[in-house]
Amino acid sequence: MFPVDWQFHVAPYIQTFIKWLIVAWGPFFEGLSSLVLGVLLQIEAFLKWVPWWGWVTIVVILSWKLSHSLFKSILPGLLIMTIGMFGLWEVAMETLGIVIVAVLISLLVGIPTGIGMAVSERFNAIIMPLLDAMQTMPSLVYLIPALMLFGLGKVPGVIATVIYAVPPVIRLTNLGIRQVSRDVQEAAVVFGASRWQLMKEVRFPLAMPTIMAGINQTTMMALSMVVIASMIGAGGLGEEVLKATNRIDVGKGFEAGWAIVVLAIVIDRISQAAAQKWEPPKR
Amino acid sequence: MDIDIKKPLLEVQGLWKVFGLKQPDFDPQDEEALARMKDSGVVFAVRDVSFEVKRGEVFVIMGLSGSGKSTLIRCLPRLLKPTLGQISINGQSVSDMDEKELIQFRRHETAMVFQHYGLLPHRNVLENVAFGLKLRGVPPSERLEQAREAIVQVGLEGWENHYPAQLSGGMRQRVGIARALVQESDLLLMDEPFSGLDPLIRREMQETLLQLQREVHKTIVFVTHDLTEAARLGDRMAVMREGVFVQQGTPQEIIDNPSDEYVERFVSDERQFYKSPRKPVIYFPKKKRQARPLPRVTAPAPLMAAERR
Ligand SMILES: Nc1ncnc2c1ncn2[C@@H]1O[C@H](COP(=O)(O)OP(=O)(O)O)[C@@H](O)[C@H]1O
Ligand SMILES: [Mg+2]
Repeated sequence: MFPVDWQFHVAPYIQTFIKWLIVAWGPFFEGLSSLVLGVLLQIEAFLKWVPWWGWVTIVVILSWKLSHSLFKSILPGLLIMTIGMFGLWEVAMETLGIVIVAVLISLLVGIPTGIGMAVSERFNAIIMPLLDAMQTMPSLVYLIPALMLFGLGKVPGVIATVIYAVPPVIRLTNLGIRQVSRDVQEAAVVFGASRWQLMKEVRFPLAMPTIMAGINQTTMMALSMVVIASMIGAGGLGEEVLKATNRIDVGKGFEAGWAIVVLAIVIDRISQAAAQKWEPPKR
Repeated sequence: MDIDIKKPLLEVQGLWKVFGLKQPDFDPQDEEALARMKDSGVVFAVRDVSFEVKRGEVFVIMGLSGSGKSTLIRCLPRLLKPTLGQISINGQSVSDMDEKELIQFRRHETAMVFQHYGLLPHRNVLENVAFGLKLRGVPPSERLEQAREAIVQVGLEGWENHYPAQLSGGMRQRVGIARALVQESDLLLMDEPFSGLDPLIRREMQETLLQLQREVHKTIVFVTHDLTEAARLGDRMAVMREGVFVQQGTPQEIIDNPSDEYVERFVSDERQFYKSPRKPVIYFPKKKRQARPLPRVTAPAPLMAAERR
C-alpha cells in the first residue's frame, strides 16, 4: 500500500481556483454566456423556421452542385427525411444549432491560434503540449469546469464542445501554413512581400485545403461531443439517447443514434466536397 | 537621385556566406581557424567573392552543383543575409538596409526567376504576372493591363486564365519571366531558370531570353551549370568552385584560356564541340527491325500548348 501520510491532493486547489474564477471573473463569464446564448437562440430559431422540406431541398441542391451525381444528391435528402419520420426533427435542429455555434467559436479561436503557432516557435512550444493534453483527457472531464463556470444548460454544452473540438482546426491550420512550399514563399519575398502580405497572399491561401480538413474534423468532433454535452442539459439528440439509455429502451436509443449518424454523414459529405473547391486547379 | 550610367549597376565586394556559424563574427584572414570550423561542420558556401556587372550586361555564374551559385545569387536581394562583404545595387548598399528599406528595394529594384518557377498555384497566369505589382499596391486595372503586355512579350497571349498546373514547364517559366519583366526593375536575377527543361525547350527559351534582352536591355545575373548556355547568353562570366570565383572573363577568354584543371574540365567538351564538328554516329542494326517512327520535333511552347487544348 502507498503510505497514507504521503497522500497529497490537488483537487481542493483546483476547486478553489475555479471558485475564484467564478467570483473574480463572474461578470465576464455572465456576459460571455448571454452572448453565446443569444447567438445560439437566433441560429436555432432560424434552423426551425425553415420548413423540413426546405432543408431537404437545400441538402439535395448542395449535394448536386458538389457531386453532379443524382444518387449522391437524392440519398442525403432521403436520409435526413428519416430524422423527421422518427419524430426527431426539432431536437435534431437543436443539436445542429449547438454544433454550428461550437464550430463557429472553434474557428474564431482555432484559426488565429494555428496561425500564431506557425509564425512563432515559442508560441508553438507552449500550445502543442496543451493540445496533446486536451486530446488525451476523457471528454467527460470538460463538462466539470464548463458546468461550474456556466451552470446547467446549452451554453456550458457549447463551451465543453468547443474545448473538445477545437484541437484539429488549430493543428491543421498550423500544419497547413508550415507546409507551404519554400519555393513559392521565396518568390513572394523576393518580389517584396511583407510578412503580412506573405501570410495573406501566399501562406494562408495555400494552406486552405489543409485548414478545411481541420474544419471538417472539428465539425465531426463537435457532433460527437454534443451527445456527451447533453448530460449537463444541452438538450438535443443527445438527451434522447440519454433518456433511452436510462430506460434501457433500445429501440428509441437506436432512432436517436441513427439521427446523429445521419447528421454526421450529411455534414461530412457536404463539407468535404466544399473543401475540394479550395484545391488549386490541376488540369 | 542622380545615377551615373557608367558606374556598374551591381558591385559585390568581398562577399562571404557561411552556414552553421556558432559565433556571429569570424576573421576571414585566420586560415587555421577557418580550417578548424570547416571540420566542425560549418559550410563556407561563398568565399570572398567580388565582381561588378555593368548596365545592360548579362553576367553568368557557372559552376557544378553545390559550388555555391544559388547561395550567392540569393545574397543579392538578401533572401540570405551575407556573413561578410558589401553589395551595392544602383548605388544603394543592400547589405546595410533594414527590413522596411529592403521590402521597398525588392519591390522596385530587382526581380528574380527561379528554377522551380515559384508560381502561385491558386492564381492564374494573369494574376501571377501581376503579383509583384499587387505587392507594390498598384491598382487592379492598371496592374492587369501591364501584366497583359508582359504576357504578350513572352508569347503567352491566350493563356491568361490558365493555372500553373495546366501549363508545361517551358510555359511556366515564361510566366516566371513575364512576372519579372513587368516589374521594370533594372536588375534581373535568374537562378538556373532553364535547367529543368528539355534540351529543345531550353534552347528555345534561351533564344526567347536573348530576343527579349535586345528589347528591354536589362542587367542580368544568370546562374547555370551548363557552359553552352553560359557561352550563348553571357557577355561575361565567372566560374565558381567551392564558393570561390576561380576565373572571370568573357566566355571566349575562358574557353580559350582555362585558368586551372577545374575550368579545363568544363571547357574541354565544349571546345571539341566547337572546333571539330562531331562525326555523326549512326547505328546500323544488323538484323532488320520494324521501322520506328521518327521522333517528332517538339513544337515551340505556345504551339505545343495549342495542341493540348
Ligand atoms: N540553408 C543552408 N544551410 C546549410 N548549408 C547550406 C544551405 N544552403 C546551401 N548550403 C550548402 O552550401 C553549399 C552551396 O549550395 P548552393 O548554393 O545551393 O549550390 P549550387 O546552387 O551551386 O548548387 C552546398 O554545400 C550546400 O549544401
Ligand atoms: Mg542551385
